[in-house]
Amino acid sequence: MAGWFDANLVSILNGFAIGALLFILAVGLSIVFGMMDVLNLAHGAFFLVGSYLAASFVAGGSWTGFLTALGLAAVIGLLAGGVLSGLTEPLARRPILDQALLTLGISLIVAEVLSIVYGNDVRSVPPPPGLDGSTDVAGNAYPTYRLLLIGLGLLLALVVWLVVERTSVGALVRASVADREMVSAMGIDNRKVKVAVLGIGSLLATVAGVLAAPVYGARPGLDETILLLALVVVVIGGLGSIRGALIGALVIGQVESLGRALLPDLASFILFGTLALVLIVRPRGLFAGKVAHA
Amino acid sequence: MSELAGQRSSPGAPAPRTGEATGGVAPPSSGATAPAPSGRRDRGRRRLVTAVLAVALLAALAAVPLFVDPFGTNTISRILVFALFATSLDLLVGITGLPSLGHAAYFGIGAYAAGLVALHWTSEGVVAVLVAAAAGATAAVATGWLAVRSGGVFFLMLTLAIGELVHQLAQSLSSVTGGSNGLFGIPSVRVAGTPLTLPGYVYWFVLVVALLGAAGLWLVASSPFGAVLRGIRDNEPRMRSLGYSPFRYKYAAFAIAGAFAGLAGGLFALVVRIVNPADAGFTTSALFLLAVVLGGAGTLWGPALGAAVVVLVRDTFGPTLDGHGPLLLGLVFVVAVYVLPRGVAGLGGLLRGRNREVPS
Repeated sequence: MAGWFDANLVSILNGFAIGALLFILAVGLSIVFGMMDVLNLAHGAFFLVGSYLAASFVAGGSWTGFLTALGLAAVIGLLAGGVLSGLTEPLARRPILDQALLTLGISLIVAEVLSIVYGNDVRSVPPPPGLDGSTDVAGNAYPTYRLLLIGLGLLLALVVWLVVERTSVGALVRASVADREMVSAMGIDNRKVKVAVLGIGSLLATVAGVLAAPVYGARPGLDETILLLALVVVVIGGLGSIRGALIGALVIGQVESLGRALLPDLASFILFGTLALVLIVRPRGLFAGKVAHA
Repeated sequence: MSELAGQRSSPGAPAPRTGEATGGVAPPSSGATAPAPSGRRDRGRRRLVTAVLAVALLAALAAVPLFVDPFGTNTISRILVFALFATSLDLLVGITGLPSLGHAAYFGIGAYAAGLVALHWTSEGVVAVLVAAAAGATAAVATGWLAVRSGGVFFLMLTLAIGELVHQLAQSLSSVTGGSNGLFGIPSVRVAGTPLTLPGYVYWFVLVVALLGAAGLWLVASSPFGAVLRGIRDNEPRMRSLGYSPFRYKYAAFAIAGAFAGLAGGLFALVVRIVNPADAGFTTSALFLLAVVLGGAGTLWGPALGAAVVVLVRDTFGPTLDGHGPLLLGLVFVVAVYVLPRGVAGLGGLLRGRNREVPS
């Protein structure tokens, strides 16, 4: 057992790193849907925007470049969320399919514009200086940046948990997930909440894109891969549940890393198998709220 | 046909036969004016016009190889294939109210099945196409149980996941599917032992199969079974309280749609004679979901029209846009959502000033 653990430690750590990234991404998707009933299929494209920002600013591998990319990504994410909020407003009373089509269209446009601007080559992005080396973990050399990523994901999970469970903003979030009409009846402007939620959700996507760039690089098609993983995480965890997003992200991170390392031919099956298994046992995800949304 | 525009807002259609697919009376919805007393004669006349139009369209379609060059004939063959595919998707999206983002999975499975049958066993067209339909149905039965149990947004996400899975499988099982190179070298289709080498004969084969497929879908949609599906779309709790099992009906609809998608995929493999993983992928699903929405979901003929537009746009503008066809596609998506909420088929209803509000 110890030998197996040692041999696969790198895969397990990679799984945690992927899980941390997926959590940052999925928590945005989950909150946006849980609170605002907006299914944002452009989430993956926003992520890719962040990755390409990193690719253009971190070329020399400097902290300034990395921080510039992060800041720009945050601003762009907020703006994109605001625009998306405005675009989905007229569709609020229409079937969910219309929103899906709209965000799908936006994601196609964004992805194509990115490929026109940056070309179709795969861009690799170096981690910022000081983090590009490796650290010794139980006798295995492991990239420092990924360790930091794991820490960041856990930190964000803690922050999100504290905000949602312990602050009045969090109370508003929880109340909106449970019953949005009632929240609006209490005198809270639904539209402002929607702009804020979509802004923060999209910000998380673009920032996750920057953070992921040193791991995944930036390439066309990454948006679809990442969106699929984030959707699977959200479905497994339950829409609107932050705890679910964390557990789902950690599970899928391990499936993606350890699963691929141990059974490379069956990786897709394992991913879908996990999804199927969870949904057979819990049709609405592991931590779905009591209020049905669909 | 424009009554269908008001159909969505009708309070369920539990009666076994409403006859709406043949242009029958739509239950008056809020804001829609009920047909005037002279409606019966109007309806008879409209039915006559529809019949004449249908016969003229059939004659025109049958005569295509006589007047159109081989390239054009081939394009129209592909339009027919994708029209059948879009119509099968409409059975899910428009009739049953299950918006699928992964329907191309069954199309792709059918295409690979027909291609493999033609490569390794027999290129007898009927056999290949039937195997393709069976493969599509089997895949839909296997995966649909999970997808149909969920509703709304979960259904969207699950079908997306299923589609991506099939896409990745097509790519990774390279010993069977040829990987990312695709399955190529599919021999030309045979009918009763004779290979059809001229595009005209292939076209007629496709036309006959596509028409039979469309007729099959139309029969399903206009049968009592189809009426139950519409009832589930409009008001599932009510159908349940009437004693129907929505799960069983949705599952059956999913399997039927999968079978017809497989059939269309089989035709596709025989016409194009190369199958790529992308044919089972998300872009194909999204493209023909757009065709369904553009054409008007729930009308069957609208999506076929939408598919024709989508195929023409993709093949005409795709090469000239430097490979950035998806950009145009994305713009069309965004515009269509706002401008054509009911698709082209909904325009007729719009002109008559019918109520276009959709209940949430």
